[in-house]
This record gives sequence, C-alpha cells and structure tokens, in this order.
Amino acid sequence: MMDALSLAAGLVFNAETLTVIFFASAFGLFVGAMPGLTATMAAALLVPITFYMDPIPAIAAIISCTAMAITAGDIPGALLRIPGTPASAAYVEDAYGLTRKGRAGFAIGISICAAAFGGLFGFATLLVAAPFLARFALNFSSFEYFWLSVLGLSCAVVVSHGGVAKGILSLLLGLFIAQIGLDPLMGQPRFTFGIAELSGGISFIPAMIGMFALAEILRNGREGRSSVPQVEVANPFAGVGAALSRYRLNLFRGAAVGSVIGALPGIGGDLGAWITYSLAKRTSKEPEKFGTGHPEGLVEAGASNNAALSSSWIPAMVFGIPGDAVTAIAVGVLFMKGLEPGPQLLTSNPENFYAVLLVFVLANLLLIPFGYLAARLARNLFKVPRSYLNAAILLFCVVGSYSINNTLFGVGIMLVLGVIAYILQSRDFAIAPIILGIVLGPLVEQSFTTSMTIARGDLWGFFERPIAAALGIATVLIWLGLVAGMVLFKKPRSNAVSSR
Amino acid sequence: MRTVLTTALAVFGLAAASVTALADFPERPVTVIVPWSAGGGTDATGRIIATMLEERLGQPFNVVNRTGGGGIVGHTTIKDADPDGYTIGILTTELSMYEPVGSAKLNSADYSLIGLYNSDPSAIFVKADSGFQTIADLAEAVKADPQAVQASGANFGGVNHLSWVSMVQGLGLDGSASSWVPAEGGAPALQLLASGAIDVAVVQFPEAQALMDAGEIRALATLGSAPNPKHPDVPPITEALGIEFSIAGWRGVGGPAGMPEDITATLTSELEEIVASDAFREQMGALNYGVVWAGGTDFADYLERRGAAFGAAISAAGLGQ
Repeated sequence: MMDALSLAAGLVFNAETLTVIFFASAFGLFVGAMPGLTATMAAALLVPITFYMDPIPAIAAIISCTAMAITAGDIPGALLRIPGTPASAAYVEDAYGLTRKGRAGFAIGISICAAAFGGLFGFATLLVAAPFLARFALNFSSFEYFWLSVLGLSCAVVVSHGGVAKGILSLLLGLFIAQIGLDPLMGQPRFTFGIAELSGGISFIPAMIGMFALAEILRNGREGRSSVPQVEVANPFAGVGAALSRYRLNLFRGAAVGSVIGALPGIGGDLGAWITYSLAKRTSKEPEKFGTGHPEGLVEAGASNNAALSSSWIPAMVFGIPGDAVTAIAVGVLFMKGLEPGPQLLTSNPENFYAVLLVFVLANLLLIPFGYLAARLARNLFKVPRSYLNAAILLFCVVGSYSINNTLFGVGIMLVLGVIAYILQSRDFAIAPIILGIVLGPLVEQSFTTSMTIARGDLWGFFERPIAAALGIATVLIWLGLVAGMVLFKKPRSNAVSSR
Repeated sequence: MRTVLTTALAVFGLAAASVTALADFPERPVTVIVPWSAGGGTDATGRIIATMLEERLGQPFNVVNRTGGGGIVGHTTIKDADPDGYTIGILTTELSMYEPVGSAKLNSADYSLIGLYNSDPSAIFVKADSGFQTIADLAEAVKADPQAVQASGANFGGVNHLSWVSMVQGLGLDGSASSWVPAEGGAPALQLLASGAIDVAVVQFPEAQALMDAGEIRALATLGSAPNPKHPDVPPITEALGIEFSIAGWRGVGGPAGMPEDITATLTSELEEIVASDAFREQMGALNYGVVWAGGTDFADYLERRGAAFGAAISAAGLGQ
C-alpha cells in the first residue's frame, strides 16, 4: 500500500495535475456560487476538455470541480437564502440567519471549514474502508431504501420550527408536489391537467429558489427592512475555529454519518445532511435556537455533506453503480481513459485509486483559501442597498430557474411556489419540510411499490431483511415517541422546552 | 400595424434562419435527452455520442437525463421539443413497445429519425451464491412456479421484461404468469439483485461487467442465438435450452418530428461518420456495446420491422391491450 501511495503521489503532485486541480476548483467555485447553476452542469461542461488530458488529471478535474461547486452552493444559501443543493436546504435557515445577524463571513467560514473537515474524514474512511463500505452498500435493496427515506421524512418534523403538526402539514404539501407528473411505476399522468410540461414533474431547483429566495424578497418588501448590517472584521473566519472546537462532537458525528450514508447509491448526500441536521437538533442543549442562525446544525450537516460526497464515489468506482449524474459522468470519463470501474481498480492498479483519493484531499484543502476569498468578497455585497440587492436577487432567481430546463415554465414554478411559501411562512409554517417532501417523495413511493411487488403485497416483507427490520423498528419507535409526546404534552411547547 | 410588422419580421427571420441553417447549425448548445437514469447503458452510449458530436460540430451537446415512467417521460420530452434541431435525444427499444403494450401513444412516426447506432441482446444474471448453477436449473425453477422467481431489469413492458417473458414462454408456459419487478434502469435492478432482494436480473453485459468482475453476480445465459464475443463461456439460450430468440435492445438518435431536413441530414451524416470511426468502435468495444448502423430511412425501416416483431411478441405474452 505504501508503494502504491507513493506512486499515486507521483501521479498527483506534478505541474499538470496540480494546475488542472487549481483551475477546475476555481471554475467549480464560480459555478457553485451562481444560484441555479449546479455541480452536474459544471462536470458536464468539463468533460470535453478532459479528452485532451491524461487519465489522472482528467478525473481530478471532475472531482475537484464538483467538490468545490457543491460546497460553494452554500454561499448563495448563506448570503441570499438560495440553497445550491437539496442538502444545503437542510441548514439554509441557520446560515442565512447568521447573515441577518451581520455574520455572513462567519456563516460561510463554518460551512467551508466543516465541509473541508468532512471531506478529509471521508478520505480517511475511503482509505481504510472503501471495499468494506462498497460491500455494505450493496446490501441495500428497495426495502432498506424505503425505511431510510421514511426516516428522512421523519426528520422534517424534527427540523420544523413551527411545531409538529405544522411540520407534518408542510411535509404533506411537499409530498403532494412530488406526486405531480408521471407515476414512476406505470407512467400514468397524475395532476397534470393535460399540461405536457407538468408531466415531467415539478423540477426541484426552481421550487427551491422560489420557496426560499423569492419568499424572502417578498418578506423584505413587506417589512421594508433596510440593509442587513454586517460586522466589519479583517478576518471573516474569526471565531470559526472556536465554534468548530466547541461543536467538535457534531463535527465528527456528522462526518461519520455522512461517510456511511453517502456510500448508498442515489440518495446518500441529500439524506445525510437532513439526518445529521435533525440529529444535531435532537441532541442539542439549545434546540430552540435552531433555524435562527445557530452554528451547531451547520457544523454537523456541513461536515456530513462533504464526507458523503467522498463516499458517494465508492459504489461507482468499485461496482460501476453510479448514484447520481455527477458520478455517472465521472464513470464515463474513467471508462474513456481506460480506468474501468470495478474491483480491479483497487487490486490491479491501486495507485490510480489512491491518486483519486489524493485529489479529494487537495480539493478539500483548497476549499479553505477559496472559501476565505469568497467570504471576504461577500462583505461587499452588503454595502449595496437592500432594495437594489433584492432586484439583483430576483434576476438570479429568474435566470436560475430558467436554466434548469431552459423553459419559462421553470420561472412560473418558481413564482407560484415562492408566493405560496411567503403566505405559509407568514403563518409560521416551516419551508424545509416541503423541500424534503419534494426530494424524498419519489424515493419513498418507488421503493414502496418495488418492495411490494417483490414481497407480493405482504407488508411483513419490510421487516424480513435484518437491516430493513432494524431501520423499520427505529422509524416506528421515533413516530410512536412523537405521537406519545403530542398526547402527553398537549400544553404549549414552551413547557416541554423549559422542562429539559 | 404592429402585427404586420411582427409578422414581417417573423417571416424575414424564418427565411434568414432557413437559408443559414445548414451553414450555421448548430449555432448554440444542443440538448440531448436521455430517457433513462445516469449510469445505465443508454446514458453511457448517449454520452459518447454527445461528446463526439460536440467535437465535430463545435457546440456543446448537453446530456440531460429525463427519467421516469419507463422512459415515457424522456421520449415524450423529445417528441414535444421544438423541432429546430436544438433538442434531440436517444431513442431506445421501448419505443417499439409503448403502443402494443398500450402504455403510451408514442411511435417512430413521432420522431425525425437520425440514426441507429447500437443493438445488443440482454443476458440473464443471478447472484454469485444463487442456487441456480446453470440456465437449466433456473428453467426448472421457473417451470415449477413462475411466480416464485423474482426478476427485474427495467420497466414493465420494457425490452428486458419482454425478453424474460419470451424466455418463460419458450419454456412452454403462459408468458403472463411470470413475475416482474419494475426498476428505473439496469443499475437499480443490479442493486436489487446484489442485495438479494430478487433472484434474477435481465440486463445487458456492459451494465453488469463490474459486478461480474467483483464476483458478486454470475451470467447464466445470453438471450440470443450466438454467444457474446466478450463472454464466449456464457451459453446462448438457443443452444442451452433450444429456445429461438430474436428480441434485442436497440438504441438510436432522433429528434421531434418535423425537424428541418437539412439539419436532420447534417446530423445523420455526422453520426454515420462517428459510428464508422475507430474511436467510436473502440469506446463502444471497451464498454462492450455492439455497434450497428442504419441512418435516416433505413432506421425507419428497421423500426417498422422491430415494431411488428415486438407487437407480435407482446400480444403473445398477454401484455397487450
């Protein structure tokens, strides 16, 4: 292994690869920080350029660009309340809450540093446990996916700050939105009213932009709030180290949970952030601060995010099962460069595998200086009067929701859902559970129908496989606990909080 | 006045566009719709085609996965796109089946057919520790109780499903008696197989290659009359069980019906050169995909024959409406 590692170091630490990593990261930072542009687009745009590169620089370009783009997606989330990925929607309220308190640099610093730590933790996990994790992930069938996604939905109730009942209502609205389109089993149209564009379903990015960013612009307009005050500090990362060491338990737990969940093809990254965020809130001494600009959940979910990103490459590299569009693109590049995914990638040419891991390390280390730069530049944003800034944000909302499918239909979705979210929010309904419903709804439905087909309609099938049974029992217990809590503490929530 | 002016401008614009279309196409990025999930065979080959078209025509060809409804969502998206040549897509075998099965009103006449580039038979895979050592073992189990053997591969009524039904039928059983678990593509079906949730996966070799190398799954038979050149040890089903088998998956490129002829012709000739190129054959070979070519009207003839064959198989299997 040491030989392979030193060979791998030779493949990575040369002028060509390092230059590629640097520029791909800068490109990823730019794409990720632009609202509406995604890591998938960034990777797809890089593919033609990788034709002219050696195998390792080619794959390094894809990895560093996507790692940077996904983390940079937190920046518009923190500054403008436009989350870049489904994962960053989990903690956007806290990041943006910090910005409203005048601590935008701190919010970005926490996100970036926790992400870098999570990424490095993910690297360590890959180094020692890649084959094991890959084998573990292969045990997950539709039964396990069903329980995991239901467990994810349960998080909605935990992250919601308007109370359990409102959280469930928000979640149901999200699940309803996820129903629109063709059903995943037989392709029957649902709630499309004969409109062709609705048969493709409600795209997630315009929904998210509308519900978070547009709703916030509307609220600003109503409140006539003047500019968001920003603390002038020379070092935007001041206090980040102290916060990270104060919440070090969250940091490690987030990274560990992210590494394991991330290895599951398809859902890992998104689910990891939601589960760890609600875990942080559940175990926190001050859960009432969550959602108002509290760094605790930000630390845990941020770390989980990038740890999951690293391990999401495991099933793709070891078994050729890519979980999402980004890893599919990377698998294509691997094939084209003669590095066929499969177990032989670890055995016959281990130096290539370790080189890929080293690229992860470099990309995650680069996050810190690049993030620092972004945080410093971000302060200038708030020198602009809020009314002008809102106009610019609205422009970004329109461009971002247009660019997903290049149709005005996306802009329509953004506007409609933005107004709905504004009304719901003024009645104290949380938005995050709606997003969670849209993200997980299709997965819950599909894993349920697939499992029912396999079990021939026998509901006990959900408890017949050991992992599924454990996940199922845990989920049922959580819900029983919630119902019991609602029955026993019918009095105002403030009692329950103060009694802790 | 304004209407007249707008109309005049529009006419002028159209005229200008049609004059310059051949010379300038494509003058902006082209979207390539892939109706199946990332990581499957259609996605992999679609991305090869897209990058090669991009190299030749100098504009980005962006691959977009529009999944769902057993490929219906993606195929419908291609059909409903503006026929200006800037949205094309990968058409797959399922297009031959939607109408016979009655799942969607889509057929080859809804598309401007650019070219066929791939055709592959599926194969039957089981988990490495499965009790089925040979295809004959599996055949016995299916004969005993077709419902007890859970199989998956892609959607209900898709080519892999139909291949499975044809095999069950070839064993002398009622094809509609077999069981099928719908999945979003080859990769999710393989995940179900490797996790032990189902007994059999009917997918194509390239999709299963990495899991075969890992020793997680085994191939029992190729669903065709000749062995796969890369897997000569896997017996073709005609040889192993004496079942005549002619259903194979195909993939081609097409756009919405009514695309300007010169643009379709440009794309057809570019695609023909790509399919004939060593680089393409090499990459398809590395991925273990069979390369075939039928452009324009040849592609239409091919699809017509396939449509009839699939239609017959589907109604025989009791799937038709």
